[in-house]
Amino acid sequence: MTGQAVIELEDVWAGYESDRVLEAVNFRMEAGDYVGLIGPNGGGKTTLVKVILGLIKPERGSVRVMGVSPEKGRQFIGYVPQIQQDDKAFPIKVWDVVSMGRLKPDLLHNLSLKDADKKIVERSLRQMDILDLAKRSINELSGGQRQRVTIARALATEPKILLLDEPTSSVDSRSSSQLYDLLADLNQSISILLISHDLTAISTYVKTIGCVNRRLVYNGQKEITGEMLSSAYECPVDLVAHGLPHRVLPHHHEEDDHD
Amino acid sequence: MIDSIQNMFAYDFMRNALYASLLVGIACGLIGTLVVLNRIVFLGGGIAHAAYGGIGLAYYFGQDPMLGAILFSIISALGMGAVHLRTKARSDTLIGVMWSIGMAIGIIFVSLTPGFKADLMSYLFGSLLAVSSGDLQVMALVALLVIVLVGFFFRSLQAISFDETFSTVRNLPVTGLYLMMLVMIGLTVVVAMRVVGLIMVIAMLTIPPATANLFLKDMKGMMLLSIGLSWLFSSVGLVVSFALNLQAGSVIILVAALSYLAAAGIKKLAVHPQA
Repeated sequence: MTGQAVIELEDVWAGYESDRVLEAVNFRMEAGDYVGLIGPNGGGKTTLVKVILGLIKPERGSVRVMGVSPEKGRQFIGYVPQIQQDDKAFPIKVWDVVSMGRLKPDLLHNLSLKDADKKIVERSLRQMDILDLAKRSINELSGGQRQRVTIARALATEPKILLLDEPTSSVDSRSSSQLYDLLADLNQSISILLISHDLTAISTYVKTIGCVNRRLVYNGQKEITGEMLSSAYECPVDLVAHGLPHRVLPHHHEEDDHD
Repeated sequence: MIDSIQNMFAYDFMRNALYASLLVGIACGLIGTLVVLNRIVFLGGGIAHAAYGGIGLAYYFGQDPMLGAILFSIISALGMGAVHLRTKARSDTLIGVMWSIGMAIGIIFVSLTPGFKADLMSYLFGSLLAVSSGDLQVMALVALLVIVLVGFFFRSLQAISFDETFSTVRNLPVTGLYLMMLVMIGLTVVVAMRVVGLIMVIAMLTIPPATANLFLKDMKGMMLLSIGLSWLFSSVGLVVSFALNLQAGSVIILVAALSYLAAAGIKKLAVHPQA
């Protein structure tokens, strides 16, 4: 079955100056997909996000978002960056953060928030169940609440794709499972690409899993295959060994997991 | 006491000084908030000092130093901005270099210019009591320009200050907005230089927003309160400096700094009463 490709990478090589981070990456994501990409820190997850958003030009290969270049196609991506403790001091209210989702390249449009835009902001806040926080300063919020604000801002862009970078890094485990429930709901109308180093957390929720570590191994399957583990070199084997939901791993028949 | 304050402002130069403080306070409150929130205080200092190069050149060629300062501050704002946008991590080094080059050019051309140059000190330390009506016109223009641009582009400026990457992904003209902001910083620095001098411009830009940020948690409120605080600090400073016969710019800065410390102390006591 082949649906419409929302993100398509062909033979992408990318990195910074002499330090190549991604090699020969092929990836295709279709409308309605919910893909989780895992990989160790420094394995190129963030670079992959930047390539998809057109923030880094690959040395080689082609990137398409909604069938066009990332610079154009990224308007359809609701980007949810990792929460930085750093921007905590910025004085801004939840409502103003989420309204940023309605900003357009045309500065004249941005002079004020139109009524239609206000409705969309309100709807996004309601979707994330944080309408009551609208007038609060983001500095008063917990990690989980802040993450919801960031997702609401992405939803306010009315995205076709939601791209989340480490969405649960500063969230406790209870709010993180609530967050994943919300994402599962959103997936009914929006394709989701989720990047994380935390395999245990995402494996129960996503539809398909891939692995990034310089190369990308992705077969559009739910299970972590032996191929992923071996050809993605040092995919987080330690994570795989400990406390993983059973259904993610195919049945082992070797003795190599005892040692 | 009210009487003696009234007497002070019977002098033209005192009225001009007050008008200058009010006009510059508007620009400093709005632009200072952006400088503080974007964490480009060092860049602001760089622009102020590099502007001295323009003052020196203008002096040497017999032009209006204010014009030279405006030209140099805009050029250095754009140059430092380009460096800052391109090389985030190392930009402070390059900005420090441009900062010094500007000063060096200024000092050389000033020393090449024959004659008496006491006036030049006023650019370093401010000369609030020597503000002319021409200066006031320039200040009013800058204040107006800053009000219009910040007012119109408030949401976009807030977005690039809060999250540059997200703004880029939304395809906002981030570079254009950023450079516009830097040019506004350059112009503000030049007019603030008349009040407190280029050496203390940084304080004029940062202390009011920093004080406002102790109590207010949104950018618009911070900007408005910063303007009010600038007005308060500079008018109190002006009156005190006149009464004690001290240099106005320095007194204004000390009033601002002491008020900030007092405000921070009050806030701390309010949050942790026992501490």
